[in-house]
Amino acid sequence: MGHEFVQLSLTPLLIGILAAIACALPGNFLILRRQALIGDAISHVVLPGIVVAFLITGAVSTWPMMLGAAGAAVIAVILIETIKRLGRIEPGAAMGVVFTAMFGAGVLLLEQSDTSNVHLDVEHALYGNLESLIWLSAEGWHSIMDRTALAGLPPELPRMAVVTAIIAALTLLFWRPLKISTFDEGFASAVGIPTGVLSFALVVAAAVAAVAAFDAVGSIIVIAMFICPPAAARLMTNRLETQIWWSVAFATLSATLGYIFAGHGPLWFGGTNAVSAAGMIATVSGAILALACLFAPHRSRTGAPREG
Amino acid sequence: MTAASLELAAEGGRTLHSAIDADSPLSIQGMTVSYGEKPAVFSVDAAFPRESMAAIIGPNGAGKSTLLKAVLGIIPTLSGKVSVFGEPVEKARRRIAYVPQRASVDWDFPTRVIDVVMMGLYRELGLLHFETRRHRDMACDCLERVGMANFAHRQIGQLSGGQQQRVFLARALAQDADLYLLDEPFAGVDATTEKAIIHVLKGLKEENRTVVCVHHDLATVTEYFDRVLLINVRKVADGPVDTTFTAENLQTTYGGRLATAQIDQLQLSLA
Amino acid sequence: MWPAFLDALLLQSGYNAALVAVGAALLGIAAGSGGTFLFLRKRALVSDAVAHATLPGVGLAFIVMVALGGDGRDLLGLLLGSAITAWIGLVLVEWMARRTRLAEDAAIGAVLSVFFGFGIVLLTVIQTMSAGRQAGLESFLLGATAGMLFQDAVVIAVGGALAVATVYLLRRPMTLVAFDPDYAAAYGFNVKRIDLVMMGLVMAVTVIGLKLVGLILVVAMLIIPPVTARFWTDRTDGVIWIAGILGGVSGYVGAALSASAPSIPTGPIIVLVCFGLFTFSILFAPGRGVLAAVIRHQRFQVRVHRRQGLLALAHGEPIFDPLTITVLRRSKLIRRDRVATEAGRAQAAKALRDEKRWEVARRVYHDEAISGRYDGLTPIETVLTPDEIAAIDREIGGPTTVGGAV
Repeated sequence: MGHEFVQLSLTPLLIGILAAIACALPGNFLILRRQALIGDAISHVVLPGIVVAFLITGAVSTWPMMLGAAGAAVIAVILIETIKRLGRIEPGAAMGVVFTAMFGAGVLLLEQSDTSNVHLDVEHALYGNLESLIWLSAEGWHSIMDRTALAGLPPELPRMAVVTAIIAALTLLFWRPLKISTFDEGFASAVGIPTGVLSFALVVAAAVAAVAAFDAVGSIIVIAMFICPPAAARLMTNRLETQIWWSVAFATLSATLGYIFAGHGPLWFGGTNAVSAAGMIATVSGAILALACLFAPHRSRTGAPREG
Repeated sequence: MTAASLELAAEGGRTLHSAIDADSPLSIQGMTVSYGEKPAVFSVDAAFPRESMAAIIGPNGAGKSTLLKAVLGIIPTLSGKVSVFGEPVEKARRRIAYVPQRASVDWDFPTRVIDVVMMGLYRELGLLHFETRRHRDMACDCLERVGMANFAHRQIGQLSGGQQQRVFLARALAQDADLYLLDEPFAGVDATTEKAIIHVLKGLKEENRTVVCVHHDLATVTEYFDRVLLINVRKVADGPVDTTFTAENLQTTYGGRLATAQIDQLQLSLA
Repeated sequence: MWPAFLDALLLQSGYNAALVAVGAALLGIAAGSGGTFLFLRKRALVSDAVAHATLPGVGLAFIVMVALGGDGRDLLGLLLGSAITAWIGLVLVEWMARRTRLAEDAAIGAVLSVFFGFGIVLLTVIQTMSAGRQAGLESFLLGATAGMLFQDAVVIAVGGALAVATVYLLRRPMTLVAFDPDYAAAYGFNVKRIDLVMMGLVMAVTVIGLKLVGLILVVAMLIIPPVTARFWTDRTDGVIWIAGILGGVSGYVGAALSASAPSIPTGPIIVLVCFGLFTFSILFAPGRGVLAAVIRHQRFQVRVHRRQGLLALAHGEPIFDPLTITVLRRSKLIRRDRVATEAGRAQAAKALRDEKRWEVARRVYHDEAISGRYDGLTPIETVLTPDEIAAIDREIGGPTTVGGAV
């Protein structure tokens, strides 16, 4: 049991949890800033970024693709902001214009280029391949200390771990200015916090999380984890500090339960094959949010809604 | 120059520009701000002396709040120069405290009263310093001064409008600044809170600090303030209340919006 | 490719392709004009939630149809299923935004991702359900018209026509509600019901568009045309008509392009045609376009600085602002040593006189229409009649012609 678990389930589970946390952390601020759908937009434009990187380098290699994806995310954010300002268009519509157009371009490029012999398709981009990130060289729990076995770890795991650690460190470091400028942007700039730079940096951090997670688990988890765990966490508490912890807990829970259900759930119902883990993790996070909406202690509004 | 223009120049120079005190807590020169193609504030000059309590007055949409935000660099200006204690704003941020309009934030934000007040200590705490006992005591002290000491651990969404305003004021007090800029601190607050706030502000003035409020209620101007700046996109007048807050200036500021009867009620001494 | 494209444009490349092109055009019209109502209500991305929420419906419908012994691939059945879950998603968005403290954007994002994720789970279930039978439900993600059955094309064409008819019939109440819901309510319209119809329309467009454009991109047809149309007109009904036309053109041209080159997927090409029209509009539209705005802003800034500079000259004050100096230098109002030229003096005097006139005017006319225009830039001649100005000049005294004499 232990042997099989370490070999087949430990790494995908860890990657799923790390990806969920990396997305949920910036998600807390995006939700409070009414920018929840930036996550949606980013995860759509990752595809064209990857396709362009592939067309330029001609190979499916990780780093150029991650760079391409991050570049596409930044371009999308700049485009959205530009269209919003120049065209005086509400943010939702500006987002809708940009991410659909970029996603369309990505699909078109993908279909036009010869990618038939490489592992690059739209479905992979959506679902990821969490189930396949197994640790074949492991022989049991003791392999964690074994240098040669560790060398066989799927590279997604250390990469995701580094990204998650960076996001967590940044959240901690910029905690104060982030909190102040999210609550009261006018006051924040009055005390000298560069609010424009900060909100752009937040979106870039979200994009980095999305790109790293996307590489491992596909874009469905990314959108779901940006929004569902922080939203459920918001309903559990009235303190931002506590909300962050709840969101991390919910993200972890979603990834764990989702992974287990995807692998074993069908067996309970007499099925033989596993279902999409990415889809299942998103579904579980939705179930958690639904429960929070119905029963969480701070689910309804107390303060006066923002005027104007 | 023609004789006419020379004569006009001499006349205009007297009314439009006052000498600018180099070390004045706040001086504004030629400030123009526009939203789109209509100026919200056009070429306004003003200076506020030390230890004064000044009101910025004008009708809705006259650019009062805009002027304040432009001074703080929150919104971009088309032209103009601002100096605070003789320095550009960027260098003087430590000496400025700002109280935005209450309605400008989302009071459903997940935080407590004490946390909001601690935001006022940002320049002291920076990114890395830990909040110590001393900081907490300072924040509690500021809450005490606005009469909200018992509310420190309350969720901000549960406060009344007046209490929210007091919390904002406490946050500004925590900044321990020399120049206080307040945007409509009395808008939509109860009478008790209004008294409490004015008491705190007057205390600040007595401590040699300068207070500038965007203000709405003409009836209380003479009671609360010693200086006024009247604007309606352009500056109409600024100076001490007794010589500047006149029926004539008000009529110019508000145009037809202020009936003569209303002005009579203010019982102004005609300058 | 060109001849093939022309053939497709002229509906000459086969009965199916022609039906698809007509269907895409009709769908584009319905989506463009229907999306306008969403856009005007500032709820454009609700359509994104609706679109993603169709996926589990498609999967469930397939499973149910197979369980009942049917084919499972019947388009009408799949669309019905998608409509049901889309509706549930929509209701959930409304409920979360109203009943919990979450804002609408969070509700949209949650519904969108969770329904989509669940849909993917169902698709993987279907893949393993009956080996050998390729359901091909993935085509609903991105749309595919290649190999479309004749009856599917009929469904799209008829559905598009019905949606256009609905928009046409309900355009007045929907315009009113989108423009001013309070007024519409006071006028006796049931705003809630009209909102519901609006959402129903969006849902119908999404569902019809599933096979054609795919669920990820069908939102583009609802969002991009209204946003584009907004650049060309300020009138609500104008936006509706233009958005409809833009949507129709994109649908038709896109479908034709895709029919002429099988490697071009229908959905993305329709969206890109749409986006092309948008890009052209945001750059070059006469009133609200970027180019026009940049030119206008620059002119405005020059006007402000020229005016401020002239007043400073008139008051004999030094000018420090570098832009002001440049502006004055360029129009030869000051010399290199910053001393006013002949023309500069004349215009400064004129500016000062205007100030003086305004001062008097605001004392005399206690009228919003006049005093409200005193923003430093509006020439007094555009607000007052010549005889009124003459009266003011008499009050100011002195010569009425300025700058003429030296």
